[in-house]
Amino acid sequence: MTADLLTHVLRQGDRALVLSHRLAQWITHAPTLEEDVALANISLDLLGQARHLFTYAGEIEGKGHDEDHFAYWRDAAEFRNPLLVEQPNGDFAVTIARQVFHDQAALLYWESMTESTDATLAALAARARNETAFHLQHSAGWLIRLGDGTDESQRRAQAGVDAMWPFTLELLGADDEGALRADGLIGGSIETAWRAAVAGTLLEAGLRTPTEAHQRAGGIHGTHSEHLEPLLEEMQQLARAHPGASW
Amino acid sequence: MTTLLDIVRSVDDPELPHVTIGDLGMVRSVAIDGRIARIRITPTYTGCPATEQIRADVEAAVTEAGYEPDVAFEMAPPWSTDDISPEGRAKLHAAGIAPALPAGDGPVSLDLPVECPQCGSRRTRLTSAFGATACKALHRCDSCRQPFESFKAI
Repeated sequence: MTADLLTHVLRQGDRALVLSHRLAQWITHAPTLEEDVALANISLDLLGQARHLFTYAGEIEGKGHDEDHFAYWRDAAEFRNPLLVEQPNGDFAVTIARQVFHDQAALLYWESMTESTDATLAALAARARNETAFHLQHSAGWLIRLGDGTDESQRRAQAGVDAMWPFTLELLGADDEGALRADGLIGGSIETAWRAAVAGTLLEAGLRTPTEAHQRAGGIHGTHSEHLEPLLEEMQQLARAHPGASW
Repeated sequence: MTTLLDIVRSVDDPELPHVTIGDLGMVRSVAIDGRIARIRITPTYTGCPATEQIRADVEAAVTEAGYEPDVAFEMAPPWSTDDISPEGRAKLHAAGIAPALPAGDGPVSLDLPVECPQCGSRRTRLTSAFGATACKALHRCDSCRQPFESFKAI
């Protein structure tokens, strides 16, 4: 059970950390100054969630590892994030589609985790849920404006949705967490609620919901796309070049 | 007489001028056990970078008061903008930051018009839900044409 819980917490922490880093890559490149600030803020919230999750992972593991160990001293095959969050930023529409799919799943996840029998995760969930609600308002608002905007913005928004769709099923829950569910540590499936909510957003945006074909998965078991390693190399470079440095 | 609680509450927030962590409702408890002072603080946002600075400032203030600090952050129950004291709201308003609307049980829609802290008009619009710090949003007043920040109700 401890090993299952550790894997679960690392999956969530890695999801938050990797997406945080992706969003941070937009800083100074976003379409407007306000958007630069917004993406940086969302990135910072995700980083905060990851830090709490990694600290807790260290407690569960019991080997004296701190948050930095999990962020900086594991290699790609040890990361347990879903493939969606490591996908490259693409154009702004790809980033927004990725974010809507993620934020909707994260909101439903944290809502369910407020009922967790694990007091640490339930406490974090109560806070993360409120932060995530702002993230979803922002990303869904953008997707609707892009989809309902010009021909060009609609074409790109649809392309972003289509490109990110194959990575969504993996977001909606793992197939090996039944024991955690039975103990009330994690909640039930979010799949039905996620599909309904995302379909509603896409409908409002005037975009097509893609079909189910060609779903890709593996990240939560440690099998990643070619995109994770370069991301980690950038993120971990400083810590590995100067082990133990502080500032 | 100034109590240790007063001293802890009077530690400034590093990112908000003239507002203390007591004003923001971040101090959950102060308990003295011999020479040790156990301070429990709740962070505002999970990723707030001011958290570490606040810990260091509280530890310094407690040490100066002659106690050994034991400072820890408590996550539950989550901090809410409803925890900001009336004094805190007044200070924010005076600094040109619109205080948050009541949050109640969850996040509040950002569509509700926020009162301009400069001219008091409610003819304002949200320009971005995210501002210079995690806790603030950006607005513009259509009456006095000034941009301003607000605390997001959470």
